[in-house]
Amino acid sequence: MGRYAARRLLQLVPVFFGATFLLFAMVYVIPGDPVRALFGERQVSPTTLNELRARYNLDDPLVVQYGKYMGFVPDDEDGLSGVFQGDFGEDFRGRSVTAIVGQRFPTTLRLAIGAVMVQTIIGVLAGILAAIRRNSFWDNLVLVSTTFIVAVPLFVSASVAQLVFGLRLGWVPIAGLNDGLISYALPTVMLASTSLAYTARLTRTSMVENGRADYVRTARAKGLQMPRVIGRHVLRNSLIPVITFVGVDFGTLLGGAIITETIFNIPGIGRAVFEAVNQREGAVVVGIVTILVVMYMLANLIIDLLYGVLDPRIRYE
Amino acid sequence: MVSEANTDVARAGTGSEAAAGAATGGAEVGVGGREASLWSDAWRQLRRNPLFVISALIILVFAVMAAYPQAFTWFYPGIQDPRSCSLSNTVGRPSATAWFGFDVQGCDYYVHVIHGARVSMIIGLATATVSGAIAIVLGSLAGYYGGRLDSIISRITDVFFAIPTILGAIVILNAIGTRGLFQVTLVLVALGWMTMLRLMRSSTIERRDADFVDAARALGANTGRIITRHILPNAIAPVIVYGTIFIGVAISVEASLSFLGAGLQLPAISWGLMINGSFTRILQAPHLLLFPGLFLSVLVLAFIVLGDALRDALDPRLR
Repeated sequence: MGRYAARRLLQLVPVFFGATFLLFAMVYVIPGDPVRALFGERQVSPTTLNELRARYNLDDPLVVQYGKYMGFVPDDEDGLSGVFQGDFGEDFRGRSVTAIVGQRFPTTLRLAIGAVMVQTIIGVLAGILAAIRRNSFWDNLVLVSTTFIVAVPLFVSASVAQLVFGLRLGWVPIAGLNDGLISYALPTVMLASTSLAYTARLTRTSMVENGRADYVRTARAKGLQMPRVIGRHVLRNSLIPVITFVGVDFGTLLGGAIITETIFNIPGIGRAVFEAVNQREGAVVVGIVTILVVMYMLANLIIDLLYGVLDPRIRYE
Repeated sequence: MVSEANTDVARAGTGSEAAAGAATGGAEVGVGGREASLWSDAWRQLRRNPLFVISALIILVFAVMAAYPQAFTWFYPGIQDPRSCSLSNTVGRPSATAWFGFDVQGCDYYVHVIHGARVSMIIGLATATVSGAIAIVLGSLAGYYGGRLDSIISRITDVFFAIPTILGAIVILNAIGTRGLFQVTLVLVALGWMTMLRLMRSSTIERRDADFVDAARALGANTGRIITRHILPNAIAPVIVYGTIFIGVAISVEASLSFLGAGLQLPAISWGLMINGSFTRILQAPHLLLFPGLFLSVLVLAFIVLGDALRDALDPRLR
């Protein structure tokens, strides 16, 4: 187990460099001038443009730029400082990205933990219900409602939910976090909604498939009650793809956090990304997203290691 | 945002098509005078599926709306030009002469919503077509040849998969000054081709050693012909199914990015951008959210339902 974890961690290294380099390369390759973008429609002198290009190392070749950002190649101004020295850049007011993330992250973490809980508990329950009552009203209800949830983009459904439950019905606060735990309720459910739909569908498919397995017939033949067969045999085996999904879905969760936090005005990390995008704080956007991509990779690693716990047939070496 | 979520669901469907493809195979035997290929069977079933017919009709309506927006505005009693706006109409409520009301700039919202279809349709179709083409070419090569080529392509795929769609798109697009259809499509393709490639690769591997491939080789077909004429038509079904759903996903992601301010820019007319522009006024004027949101959701839903219908038709195990 320890050796397996170490090897998986090592495998992450090239993927990490590949992914961060890719983001860099795509910014570089896609037509458009980031320095000009900084000024929008305003007129700027060529001197200012050149100075800024030099300051952000934009005249260097792609690989050198990446090296400077990562902290492998010394910079003219501040020497060897980059991601590997814990420096993810800073905003125009000189606040470091790590400080912003440190301040904003706890809020997003609460939101994300809540969303994963809602997603797995309600999603799995709905999936079980649909699977054991196949082709019934409940099955169709789950099928139809999940299709709708997936089809309506999160920023539309979250805004509508805010209108209906926050403004019209007044069940929950409209926005912000000033009313204690209840202010998390709607954002959490909305953040969980898309993934919840996929979780329900995946649980259903997986349980229907496992329901035909030999070990299920054996369990029933030896006289076990249905709830026990489903709970101990079918469900446990069906949860493996569901757990994988929760890991893969972590990226969607982070993207969703940007949308939900923007709509519900929650001062989390997603809101920070949104503000940085709209204030043209390029360094902050890249810095925060780099940190989030690392988290995404680690989440998938943890999920990989969880397999062995859920399925004793899977052995690491 | 949904693309990663779709990954496993889509992947779950691949295994089942394997048996079907091998059974019907390359040999399109005429039974009782009719051609019984996987595709003609699928078409026969699709025509009878009301969900397929309805979603295809909805998409057709949106396609006409994208190509000829005038077809939906010539009878309209309000202002028909989307660029002719008057600030005196700011956030006007829906009425008999302005069906969807007015936006913050005082532009007629009905006309704007109609004209918004074009951007969504172009980005959705272009993204899915280009990603699909990349996936089909590289996926069949990786699946057919295996070995080192497969390892290289698969590792590259892994690296792209490590970038969450919305986050990656925000970073890349944020660095570009002027973001038009071309740039947004390019970024969506760059972050979206991987799932279809994996589908294509695995379904090519499943058919690579099938009897009909051996038969074609024994008859002297060269590798190019075997891949394009024998393996591809039998292996492409999962990619077509996911590609259809992916059109909807791309439309949804474009709207979300534009909503966040990282997608298209004014003066482009896009549903996401329209909701972004009226975001601070939505609580007072819900119609600014509801109309573009409704059109957007219906279009995405139509593509997802169409994809599901295709899956049912192309996966004979469910029949």
